[in-house]
Amino acid sequence: MQPFTTHTGIVAALDRANVDTDQIIPKQFLKRIERTGFGQFLFFDWRFLADGGLDPDFELNRPAAAGASVLLARRNFGCGSSREHAPWALADYGFRAVIAPTFADIFFNNCFQNGMVPIRLDEADVDELFRRAAAAAAAGGQYRMTVDLQACTVSDDAGFSRSFTVDPFRRQCLLEGLDDIGLSLRHTDEIGAWEAAHGLPAVSG
Amino acid sequence: MPTARTLLDKIWDDHVVCSPAGELPLLYIDRHLVHEVTSPQAFEGLRLAGRKVRRPEATFATPDHNVPTSDRRLPIADPISKQQIDTLRANCREFGVRLFDLDDADQGIVHVIGPELGITQPGMTIVCGDSHTATHGALGSLAFGIGTSEVEHVLATQTLRQAKPKSLELRVEGRLPPGVTAKDIVLYLIGRISTEGGVGHVIEYTGECIRSLGMEQRMTVCNMSIEAGARAGMIAPDAITFDYLRGRDLAPQGAAFDAAVARWEKLPSDPGAAYDRVEIFQAADVVPQVTWGTNPAQVTGVDATVPDPGRFADPNDRSSAERALEYMGLAGGTRIVDIPLDRVFIGSCTNSRIEDLRAAASVVRGYRVAATVRAMVVPGSGRVKRQAEAEGLDRVFRDAGFDWREAGCSMCLGMNPDTLAPQERCASTSNRNFEGRQGKGGRTHLVSPAMAAAAAVRGHFVDIRDWQFK
Repeated sequence: MQPFTTHTGIVAALDRANVDTDQIIPKQFLKRIERTGFGQFLFFDWRFLADGGLDPDFELNRPAAAGASVLLARRNFGCGSSREHAPWALADYGFRAVIAPTFADIFFNNCFQNGMVPIRLDEADVDELFRRAAAAAAAGGQYRMTVDLQACTVSDDAGFSRSFTVDPFRRQCLLEGLDDIGLSLRHTDEIGAWEAAHGLPAVSG
Repeated sequence: MPTARTLLDKIWDDHVVCSPAGELPLLYIDRHLVHEVTSPQAFEGLRLAGRKVRRPEATFATPDHNVPTSDRRLPIADPISKQQIDTLRANCREFGVRLFDLDDADQGIVHVIGPELGITQPGMTIVCGDSHTATHGALGSLAFGIGTSEVEHVLATQTLRQAKPKSLELRVEGRLPPGVTAKDIVLYLIGRISTEGGVGHVIEYTGECIRSLGMEQRMTVCNMSIEAGARAGMIAPDAITFDYLRGRDLAPQGAAFDAAVARWEKLPSDPGAAYDRVEIFQAADVVPQVTWGTNPAQVTGVDATVPDPGRFADPNDRSSAERALEYMGLAGGTRIVDIPLDRVFIGSCTNSRIEDLRAAASVVRGYRVAATVRAMVVPGSGRVKRQAEAEGLDRVFRDAGFDWREAGCSMCLGMNPDTLAPQERCASTSNRNFEGRQGKGGRTHLVSPAMAAAAAVRGHFVDIRDWQFK
């Protein structure tokens, strides 16, 4: 997995609550049997017009969001299905962090497996970030933020800085890009002991 | 360890393998259910790392999301769907996983066949790469959906890294009013606690109303826990649970079953056990529910009107409602019973079991589907289909003008050819009314099987409490 230490990038402001996984990656694109190549289908039904062209009104298609790698959204981001295709699509499109007041649990967990940090901030802070992103866009520019996973802070270069909390184990795995199956397999003896204590036959080799 | 423990506490405590310092606990997983959409990358990961499936005998697979519901003897038209189903078959063969394949008499939606075959049992931890895994909690198990990386982790280690979720008791007091079903109860609860009201929690449904529900109605309730944002939903096992499981193929048999019941009887929450949160509702307040928006919490009673977005105090709720009504092509103030329909879908892991089909058939019997409506019934499994046919329910549906299909997820998510066209409006017994869920531009209203059946006959929503059964 790609490690995550610190990242500075352009913010895409998606001013919507309850963005569900069916919007992040519609079901017609779940039939691939690879983990890669989903970025082209991200937000497909919102991003593209019926003729296949980009919808210029959609938030990610606006000039302010060109090249964005930090996604800013409203509460309950990633609700709906367990499909890891949603973080695969976001990561493949280029996002390294998602900031929202709240996230759906399964989506939140899935992010960590894909080198992407989901960051929970207070609703008021998220409001402030939307204002700052809108001000930058109104001035014809782009809004940038820095996510520092070592220090657990998000900041911009105009005085905004907040710390966020993340499970220490998940954080360590992300910082080091660890294979968590490999880590868990170090506990094979304990797993075997649990199975034996619960009357299950031993697993061979 | 507290002396009075909840159902969640008991299952959790029993399954923690170890809690190494600085790491998340490893939770043992008793049963792992696998389907074709969220597993190919996990098996590929095992192959690349040279790993095996630790307990193939605890792992069960079936294709359901992608499968056509038309004639099973015909080849699958969509080559990409076919590839995914072929890949599942090859992976199951390579890793020794039991597969209920397309031509197996017991194939069906993974959350229908788990309980039906007795794979699901009280006190177990059960996972699947599907958010509706909470269904299995109806039998008193801890069951939740996971992502594909976690599927790979469970395949390789038979465990999962998990922080213990909080507990939320949703108590529904009183008796179920006539015409009100488990689907109405759970839609009502989601409407009350919101789509994120359960985030970080496992819901335990309790109270007289919940206890009075049959096993399949309980599955409908637990199934939609994820739509309230909850990690899982569960109901304490009791005589209804044990009667349901007795004699099921993969449940313990004979003396072993009696011994299992003795263990299962100890699972319900102890008197005085503390939940992190408790919310109490009255069954008498629930009327048949219909969703009007694009998330399951955007719901109201059939006797009400589509709300005016202006009445929402919260700006997020207001803008969500405005966007939803525009997508749904509805105006605030419209009476729910005046909403006309183009399609009706009876099926999905929420409502495709035999009790659901009986409820729908009892409404349809002696009537015809409205000329303006196309309606279909998709049984949840091969077994449900055979049982329904043995009871003559298929004839009731066919005589009324419904399509009678093969088992699968079908138009709940429209990965197979069963989809809505843009702007088509559908009364659906499924679980999600998200934009585009049943087909790009399609408009979904979630309802109970009886409400869907009545809507098919009339061509618009009707209050099932006024229905003239023939």
